Formats: sequence, C-alpha cells, structure tokens
Amino acid sequence: MVASIPSSTPISITLRVWRQAGPNQPGRFVEYPAKNLNPNMSFLEMLDVVNDGLEAKGEEPIAFAHDCREGICGTCSLVINGKPHGPHRGIASCQTYMRSFNDGDVIVVEPYRAKPFPVVRDLITDRSAFDAIQQAGGFITVRPGSAPDANAIPVPKDAADLAMDAAQCIGCGACVAACKNASAMLFVSAKVGHLGLLPQGQAERDSRVLNMVAKMDELGFGNCTNQYECSAACPKLISHDFIARMNRDYLGATFRQAFKPKSNAAGGGA
Amino acid sequence: MAILDSKIPSGPLADKWRKHKIDIKLVNPANKRKYHVVVVGAGLAGASAAASLADLGYQVTCVVFHDSPRRAHSIAAQGGINAAKNYQNDGDSVYRLFYDTIKGGDYRAREANVHRLAEVSVNIIDQCAALGVPFAREYGGLLANRSFGGAQVSRTFYARGQTGQQLLLGAYSSLSRCVGQGTVKLVTEHEMNDLVVVDGHAKGIIARDLKTGKLVRLAADAVILATGGYGNVFNLSTYARGSNTTAIWRAYKRGACFANPCYTQIHPTCIPVSGDYQSKLTLMSESLRNDGRIWVPKNKADVKKAPADIPEADRDYFLERIYPSFGNLAPRDVSSRAAKRMCDEGRGVGETGLGVYLDFADAIQRYGKQAAARANLHDVSPAKILELGEAAVAERYGNLFDIYKEITDESAYKQPMRIYPAVHYTMGGLWVDYNLMSNLPGLFVLGEANFSDHGANRLGASALMQGLADGFFVVPYTIGDYLAGQKPGGRPSIDHAAFAAAEKNVADLVAKLLSIKGKEPVSHYHKRLGKIMWDYCGMSRTKEGLTRAIAEIQALKKEFWSNVNIPGSAESLNQALEKAGRVADFIELGELMCRDALTREESCGGHFREEYQHPDGECKRDDEKFAHVAAWEFQGEGSEPLRNVEPLNYETVKMSVRSYK
Repeated sequence: MVASIPSSTPISITLRVWRQAGPNQPGRFVEYPAKNLNPNMSFLEMLDVVNDGLEAKGEEPIAFAHDCREGICGTCSLVINGKPHGPHRGIASCQTYMRSFNDGDVIVVEPYRAKPFPVVRDLITDRSAFDAIQQAGGFITVRPGSAPDANAIPVPKDAADLAMDAAQCIGCGACVAACKNASAMLFVSAKVGHLGLLPQGQAERDSRVLNMVAKMDELGFGNCTNQYECSAACPKLISHDFIARMNRDYLGATFRQAFKPKSNAAGGGA
Repeated sequence: MAILDSKIPSGPLADKWRKHKIDIKLVNPANKRKYHVVVVGAGLAGASAAASLADLGYQVTCVVFHDSPRRAHSIAAQGGINAAKNYQNDGDSVYRLFYDTIKGGDYRAREANVHRLAEVSVNIIDQCAALGVPFAREYGGLLANRSFGGAQVSRTFYARGQTGQQLLLGAYSSLSRCVGQGTVKLVTEHEMNDLVVVDGHAKGIIARDLKTGKLVRLAADAVILATGGYGNVFNLSTYARGSNTTAIWRAYKRGACFANPCYTQIHPTCIPVSGDYQSKLTLMSESLRNDGRIWVPKNKADVKKAPADIPEADRDYFLERIYPSFGNLAPRDVSSRAAKRMCDEGRGVGETGLGVYLDFADAIQRYGKQAAARANLHDVSPAKILELGEAAVAERYGNLFDIYKEITDESAYKQPMRIYPAVHYTMGGLWVDYNLMSNLPGLFVLGEANFSDHGANRLGASALMQGLADGFFVVPYTIGDYLAGQKPGGRPSIDHAAFAAAEKNVADLVAKLLSIKGKEPVSHYHKRLGKIMWDYCGMSRTKEGLTRAIAEIQALKKEFWSNVNIPGSAESLNQALEKAGRVADFIELGELMCRDALTREESCGGHFREEYQHPDGECKRDDEKFAHVAAWEFQGEGSEPLRNVEPLNYETVKMSVRSYK
C-alpha cells in the first residue's frame, strides 16, 4: 500500500516477556524471537506481529493493554527495559518505534510493578485505583443547564495555560510505576493543580485536595520522597512542581478545615 | 416493515425544540428514582448522558469495555468544538451554524435535528467552561477561537491540540462525581454482547465480563447506546483499535434500523500508510489547515524531487486554486477527493505517490515577522525570523508536529508534512427519531453511534459538539417522554425468558468462535476486509466494484467461520476472542455498507459514486430520488435486509448544488 517513510534495513530482536495467566498465579519471563522487523513499525505493532504468529499456532497471545495508539488514551502501559513507556522521554509505549532498538537486542517487557496496580494478565494491570481517586474529588460540581455564560468567568491566560499543562495527564500510571514508593502524587497533584488554578475550581478547592489525598493513601500508594522519577517517566512531562503546589494546598486546607467556623444549618431550605 | 416516525415537531424551525420541550411528558422526581437506565459507552455522549440522568434522579448503570471510562476514543479528538457564540463578532449565529452544517452534510441531514444542535451548542461551551475545561484563552481572559473547514467564521473552541481529551475529561469528571456519590454504578471491562427486547421494547442488555468471561444480565427501563462509530470496518483508520460496531450491530439484529451505513468520512490530513504491519493511521488535525498550505508539484516529473527544490511557480496549491473562497479550509470530503484526484493524475508525492504536501513555510515566515514587529526588533536576520516563526507555530500546533516527528522521523518545521486521506468518522449509525430513540421503543442512541445530525458529511469540530449535545442537553429531556409511558419500576426481571434467550445466544456465539480452530489469526480477516472496503467502498465507489465487494465479503465471511484460529478459553481475559467477535460483526456490517452504497445511486458528501458526478468531478446528487434516509432492517440470517425510507422534508433551506468555489 502507501509508503511515505523511507524503508530501512530490517532488524531482528529477542523479546523477554512477562507471562502470567491470572491475578493470583505465578508469572515468569518467556523469550520470543521477532525477526525481520521494519524499524518504522511501532513497538505495539511488533507485538501484534508476534501475537499473530502465536495465534496462528494456536498459542495464547501476549495480553497487553492498548487502544488509541497515538499517545492520548493512556491505556498502554509497558515497562520496556526497565523503564515505563520505554527509552524515550515524553511519549507513551505506543509511540515507541522499533528504530529505537538495534539488530540483535534482547528487549525485556514487563507490566507495571506497583501494589495498587495488581497484574490482571501478562502485561495488563488493574489501574481502577486511579478512577477511585478521581471519584473522591477530581471534579467541579456543575449540574447541566446551570452554568453561567462561558465568558462571564475570565481566566487569565497564564493560569489557563498552566492548568492545561497539568490537565494533559493521560492517567496511564507511569508515574506510579516509575516511583520506588509507588506514589501517585504526580497524578493526584496534576488534577488538584488543574482545577485549583482555575477560578471555577475554588469553591471545592479544599475538599478536593483533602478527599483525593485521603483516597490515595487509603488505596496503598506510597509517599513522595522528591526524586522526580515520575516526571521523567510521564508521557506528557508533567512537572513535579505540581506536587509542591498540592502540598501547599493540602497544608492550607488542613488548617482551614480545623479552624474554619461551620454553619449549623446544613442542607437546603424548606 | 419498520415504522419510521421521525416525530419532528411542527411549527417554525427556530421554535421546534422550545415547543417540543413544552409538549413532551415529564417524570416526577419521586418516580425518577424508580427507573433504571443502562448507558453503554462513556465517551462524550455516554458520560455526559449518564451524569445528567443521575443528576436528574434516575438510577443509572454505565457499562464500558475499557478499564476506565476516561479511555473512550473521544479523547483523541484534536482540533476543537464548534459553538455559535459569535464571541469573535464575525457574523456567526445559530442559523449560520445550522446552515453550514446542513450544507456541509450535502443536504442529507434532518433540518430540525441540526437546528437543535446549533441551538444547544452555546450551552455546551458554558457547561464545559464551568467544569474546568482549560480552553484556550485570549490575554484578557476570555475564550479564544479558530476556524475549521466548511465555515467562514471562527467558531471553534479548543484546548491546544487536545480538545477531545479535555472535553472527555470534563464529562468524565462529572461521571466520576456521580460514581463517587453512588448515583451511577460504573461497570468497567464489560462488553455489551446483546440487546434484550421484551414485548417489542428494549429492556436490558447482556454484557460479557472481559476479565472472567462471565455473562451478566442487566435489566433496564430504557437502554442508551453511546458506543461510537464503526470506521474500523476498514481496519486501517484513525480510530482506536478497540472501537467497534458490536453493540449497535447486535441491536440491529434485534430490530433496530441501521441508517445510511455507507456514509463514511475520509479525513484529508492523515499520516500516510507505511507498511502492511500497520495497525492504525494517525490524524493531523484539521486545525493545521488554518496555517498550512496544501500542494503537489505542477509537473509529474517533479514528484520525486525534494520539496525545497521545487520552485514556487512549479507548485499547485490545488485547494486554493479550485476552491478560492474556502481555500485550504474546504470541507473534508471535498478536500480528500481533490487530493485523491491529484494523486490519480500522477502528481502525488512520497515513495508510492499517495501523498500531498501540507506546508507551513509561509506561516512560519508570517508569524516570524509579526513576532519581530511585536518585539520591536529591526533589521532582523532571516534566521531570527525563522526562529521566531517556528516558536509561534510550535505554540499553536507543537504537539501535532511532535506526533508527526515520532511517526515519520521528520521535522515538519523544516520540510512540509506529507499527508493522505484516511477513514476518520462514520455519519451513518442506528436510526433515531427527534427524541434520539430508535424504532425499537426504549432504545436510545447518542453521539457517533446514531445517524442523525451530519447528513452525508460531517464538518470539522462538530463531532464533539454532537456528543455533548446529545448527552447533556437532549436525552435528559427526551427520555422522560418515553419513561413517562412506562410503569415506574415495571422493568422485567432478569429471569424473564428474553434474558435467558439472549444470554444463550451470546454463549453459543462465543463457543462457536472458540471451536473453529482453523489456521489464520483474526487480524488476517480484519486486514482482508479492510482492503475490500477501502478498494470498493472507500473514497470512490462504482456499481461494479460494490457488487464485487458484496460477493467477496460473503466469501470472506464463510472463510472466517471455518478457518479462524482463536486460542485460549472463554473463562479468562482473552483478547483474541474479543477481537474475533468484533471482526465477525464488522464483516457483516461491511456487506451492509456496500449494499447501501450500491442502492444509493447518486453522489453526496462522503458517498461518491463515480457514475454520478459533475464534469468537474464534484458530487452529483439526485434529490428527486434520494432525498431520504435509508434505514436498513434485519430480516434474519441469510436473508437480504429490508431498505426502509424516511423522506427528508426541507422546510427552510433550499436544497442546492453545494459549492465552495
């Protein structure tokens, strides 16, 4: 069919892949050769080719999570040669291309290793803990139909731009996988930072940070010890500055929570 | 024969929706709690519908096949969302957005639906801004806009090149709030495998737990499908790999009509295919056409030359030449076909000649000079202008240029991008009335999964608009009209015979797939189907080709069911089995698309029949015979489906030859 990219010399590699039949079963590394690969194929396309070969032989394919294959859905989650999302900075596993490897390489592929993300099968982990954190406070409460005109709330351009930097998080979990403590601080601080920077997010700013952090702790994510592996592994290169911002928010919210006078009349009127 | 009552309200176009909202029935708050609604899908339409219905007080269960609702493919939309806000003071209005959409759809959409879409577009922007979607802003803090194809105003709101992501995360945040409050029950990693119909009404679904293979029965008072489009029937497309037709296809087999299946959008600016291992195509946002200029060499002899070696006089900026009033922002179907014509003439670029240039050199110069002037720099060197210009272009489109670099290993700052059309969206889908309810009472279909608002071609930045319109501002009203006629809490029990029959249907299908144990992997059949569809039911179609395609697909179906090899079991996570069920449905859908394209003997929008064209190669519609919706009705395995017709009555706009010249 169509070819726009100059073809290059094919390469052959050996995959050393983690296979695990189910959540409570033992896993092990299995080697698969992958020969005559076009260097312009993506890493996931290489896995497709290996899996087609396995399926045609009646063997079970390597299970891996993927969907959009353009770095935005956050589904793909491979640890390639020890690094979440592979050797390059600022991209997801699906945006890794075989041209990043050399002929004859042995490539080790593993799932994320973090207690709050248990292995489902092979390279797939359960990241529903991230959804649970969002459900605890990662929102602004707005009933449809009750919003004011969008231009009634001006947002300074630099605040909007900084909020967007944080909002880019794709929820892939690489930050957790890269952290020796399996901390989710970058993920949580990205949402807290995004909404907290905007005027719309002020009403729930305190409750948001308190509830999200409490849920994060409850789910077994570790603490931050300021090594910033999270930012380095983040496919969107979200800055660890947001962690510092969240810590300030959390501290302030904790004080206000303790000393703020509360109304006795909760709930609505008659 | 299905009854297709569109339920379009009477009265003047601009009053229809307001009047309809007064006329339809309401459900009182205490009764809302007694109704259970199952929403399948959590993209823009599904997530916004689930959250809105839960906020109204309904019991809601939201079922998604992904591991999280935030993965839905709405997330990948890049460019923006349209709304008739007229914040730019450039003459936009609800009527103009309505008119542009009707014309963009080549007069094959319903007037009333499109007008309603334009009306609620303004509410969507308000809602999303309030939810904290970080839209692009001007320095004064107000919202910024850009232009998209098929429009002469700037009405597109955006968040860098990730507008879909930010809108989806906005809808997801609302859904998450409801899940946290316990008003929506979220069921992830479950795929809808059948629709349960009781006494002619949709009353539940059978979902398969993708992790354990367990079949789950969900009873409901109404079912909402918001499961997206079916462009992966072509195998190669800009869709996510998981996007599929299974939910709507199985509803079709339970009696819901499938409308205009052949209306497919081929997006002009995608990164060309590079090899037969390729799994997907990547879009380069239409927003790039605000600044990029599309060209091919004037002379065939130049196609292999480096673009920099082709002087200005030897370049053919063909969109600007053919469509001077819209230029590079001509609509998608028109631009794609023009690119194809250039390549057919032998003037395409790249290794196989299936590519055209999208060039930013002029924009870099223009922005560079503006930036120098703003910074009060004089006697600026060309190198400095280039540097400033590249920075300005990076601010607008940086992430797209990065994606292009990752895939092609080339810098679009230094040389033009090479692009080619690719399958991107399906305008067809399940037939729905004005209430977004299908001909099966109780079954509602939202977003790309329905057929309703885009006619034969969708304008850029209108898919996000439709998804959120349907979910936030249409179905919350219209579902009440149906539920008010149902006894509160009167849904059938999951022990009803219809549930048992549907569950058995799914279990049998799974067992059959696993029993074949042939020689080829599923992907083999998906690739072959894709090639048939692209060759005969893609950018241009003929009677002869479509007839051949139907025969080839029927043969492919037989081969699939006798020679596919699906390893593993039904009782654990089995991705080969998941793919197999989806590809089996795509094969059947592919045949229906070809049938629809064959019987629509005219060209309109994305549907181009070579036999029906004007001398300049533009679409030649036949309003006498085909100003209607074709809604196909399943007649049983092995029988030809029935083609029902809903006439399109234009009361306000005059159907005319669509011109962008």
